[in-house]
Amino acid sequence: MIKEENYLKKIAETCLTQSKKLGSSDASVVVMNSISENVNIRNKQLDGSERSDNLAVTLTTYIGKKKASISSSNLNEKNIYKLVNRCVEATKITPEDEHNSLPEKELHYMGDKELELYDETHLDNEKKIDFIKEAEEYAFESDKIVNTNGSGFSENKSNFILANSNGFMDGYKTSQFTAYCEVVSKSNGSMERDYEYTTKRFFSDLLKPETIGRNAAKYAINKLNPKKIKSEKISIIFDKRISKNFLTNFAGAISSSAIAKGTTFLKDKINNQVFNKSINIIDRGNIIKGNGSRYFDSEGVKVDNLELVKDGVLKDYLIDSYNGKKINRKSNGRSSGTTNLYFENGELSFEDLIKSEKKIIYVNETIGRGANLITGDYSVGASGTMIENGEFIYPVSEITIAGNFNEMFQNITLANDLEFKYSTNSPTILITGMTVGGK
Amino acid sequence: MSNFFKNSEIDISKAEKIVSETLKNCDDGELYLEDTKSEVIVLDDNKIKSSDYSTDLGYGFRAVTGEIIAYSHSNEISEKSLVNSSQNLKSSLKNKKGTYNYEIKNTNQKFYGDTDPVEEKSLKSKIDILNEINSYARSKDSSVKQVTANFIGEKKNVEILRAGGQLLKDERPLVRFNVSIMVEKNGKKETGVYGVGGRQSYDVYLNDDNWKKVCDEAFRIATTNLDSKPSPAGEMKVVLGPGWPAILIHEAVGHGLEGDFNRKKTSVFHNLVGQKVASDGVTIIDDGTLDKRRGSLNIDDEGTPTEKTVLIENGILKNFMQDRLNARLMNTKSTGNGRRESYKHIVMPRMRNTIMLNGNETQEEMIKSVDKGIFAVSFGGGQVDITSGKFVFNCTEAYEINNGKIGSPLKGATLIGDGPSSLKEILMVGNDMKLDPGIGTCGKAGQGVPVGVGQPSLLIDKMTVGGTKI
Repeated sequence: MIKEENYLKKIAETCLTQSKKLGSSDASVVVMNSISENVNIRNKQLDGSERSDNLAVTLTTYIGKKKASISSSNLNEKNIYKLVNRCVEATKITPEDEHNSLPEKELHYMGDKELELYDETHLDNEKKIDFIKEAEEYAFESDKIVNTNGSGFSENKSNFILANSNGFMDGYKTSQFTAYCEVVSKSNGSMERDYEYTTKRFFSDLLKPETIGRNAAKYAINKLNPKKIKSEKISIIFDKRISKNFLTNFAGAISSSAIAKGTTFLKDKINNQVFNKSINIIDRGNIIKGNGSRYFDSEGVKVDNLELVKDGVLKDYLIDSYNGKKINRKSNGRSSGTTNLYFENGELSFEDLIKSEKKIIYVNETIGRGANLITGDYSVGASGTMIENGEFIYPVSEITIAGNFNEMFQNITLANDLEFKYSTNSPTILITGMTVGGK
Repeated sequence: MSNFFKNSEIDISKAEKIVSETLKNCDDGELYLEDTKSEVIVLDDNKIKSSDYSTDLGYGFRAVTGEIIAYSHSNEISEKSLVNSSQNLKSSLKNKKGTYNYEIKNTNQKFYGDTDPVEEKSLKSKIDILNEINSYARSKDSSVKQVTANFIGEKKNVEILRAGGQLLKDERPLVRFNVSIMVEKNGKKETGVYGVGGRQSYDVYLNDDNWKKVCDEAFRIATTNLDSKPSPAGEMKVVLGPGWPAILIHEAVGHGLEGDFNRKKTSVFHNLVGQKVASDGVTIIDDGTLDKRRGSLNIDDEGTPTEKTVLIENGILKNFMQDRLNARLMNTKSTGNGRRESYKHIVMPRMRNTIMLNGNETQEEMIKSVDKGIFAVSFGGGQVDITSGKFVFNCTEAYEINNGKIGSPLKGATLIGDGPSSLKEILMVGNDMKLDPGIGTCGKAGQGVPVGVGQPSLLIDKMTVGGTKI
């Protein structure tokens, strides 16, 4: 059973009291318990089961503008005393940094907990196995599916308390259910793999096993017997599971830490036309049951809804207390990063998007990290399908795609098929003028 | 004597009874105990940005029968907690029957000392040297706009208690020291990153102003990239420099030779043992026994002594890397490659120090032989798709080669290829084998473990280079 609030609060209080006693002027502490249970299967047989029960405390103490942190999984009282002592001693010898402080009290979250982030449903392992086995059974309906790379189901529950010496003490339970199925297809000496994946706060919101299995099979079969193509400048459509990565890169480039240090291609671009006029980007923390929803960030600061990009113009940054001070801005509750980040839908349907040019490469897998947030250069390995006149013609693989975000962001066209599948979500997008490296 | 039951209400004999009783009908399994302390100190933007100390104590209890692994882990080393885990394992494996193999060879081999990198130097002295590094790096040139430097030190104590009472132990120090420098000139920004590390004291990397060499190298890479031009795109010849570029061997070939992917037949190499998979002269080993290297281990995380495993010998595929489970199912022996990130993770076959051995050619001859191609000196991240064999790398330092001569530095070059094909397209193997500086972390199924790589210069006949210039 997941640890209850009172247990976590007691440890948090011990840490705060003891820090103060030993001479710290401020302190903040997180006490967290998470339990996860996973089953993995392969070829419809149980491959493994795993149960993990994690306890952790992280304490940050301040003496004036000096700061140090400790964390531990050993919550034995004697050990806690030892760690608090070590933390305060480390604080004393760490140099001052004028920007170190707890967040302003008036930014603390004080509202209700109405977002429905916790589903009590518990599936015993046999139920988990049945669920994911059924997905594999659907995947194996096609004779081109010859193997699985493993499929799995996991149930995660966690509870935490965040407290600080300015009187903040709050926390809540969350749950996450995840299922994935990864299969191997084979035909004419070609072997490929692909997957479907679903993750939700509530068990009942997961994709059904039939959809998971059939999608995984379809994706893996579509990749069989790929061709290499010649290097050329060409437009690319990014499948939703890839297009969301551009938002992740964008978020990295507008984090207040990158802005404050100048290590981003979007420095000094506030109120500039960073995307073309059709683009709006939102980061919204209060979506009911949202995978990325939260009430407050890791400092206890309330999470504002942000309109980061409006009509293509950069309007806001992702700000925490420390880096906010460096750029003279108040925290907007992003010390834990983005919440539910998404492009608002575009105008075109998916069908119209794939017909919008004569020849397009549809990319549904990229490998390699490939984004340089300082220069905006982007270059990754990719595979996908060649589209001609709106028809999917043949799979392509072992290509590279490259461009620079400064131009790519101006050349995006969005479809209108946004779904909230992950915490960062994008509709299908088309980007013109990219360079494909091939033969 | 075990160190884990000293402060616990449960003694080792009681723990051993629970382990033996739980595993009596299983093929394998153990109680893995781990106590880690680590320290990360970061200097960023002229300030000590963070000083974090952390301790992590816990166990992972594993039972294996047939192909099935049941695993339960917890932070609480108590009788109640172990009994809970035991019941959890038994319920996952009910109706299964195996035969426990008691035999693990004991070893006295030691490839690193008893150093404790977290305690051996005071926090104050580490902070002082980071500040010194910052001043030195910034004084190198007015183009230096940002400096980040960090120390990451760890001491991990591991004990493995097997059914029947065998107790295997290891104490593992690990340090890493990293410098990143951003330069700006005429509105153009570039970064250079360099790091060093291994299973030994920080002193080796800090004494005699050795840290200056790390700053100098980060600065050199950043400055080189200031003059870079867009990389060409298309298929061409590639010369790889010695040392760290062997991460390409790790991704392109290494992962495909791990036992699990081959037992499950999802690796392109699974039916190729004894066959020619690489050019003549290509020999690749995975060695866990190198002195003080990042990827070295006295015993692996199942207790098996590590060894030097020959993977490919003169082009012929010889062995896969095995943990106990995959070895048993493939009727062979563990090669001491069973590793896990921590007690929170299950064991898998993982690489240690993966190295291509020397050939006879020189780098000079390789470059001279290329009309049009690229010379890749260092890589950032890489990734591989085991099933199709495709891999990708981002170059952090690369140059064009024109008519046998090294030309301008290139930016944004990505290499993409197919592991099995690239091995056969190696035209020349150099005589300048170098190990990497000790910075590699390999990710697999969400677990990161420290690894090493090494290789001489290589000439590859054709690989696809991804850039923006056609």
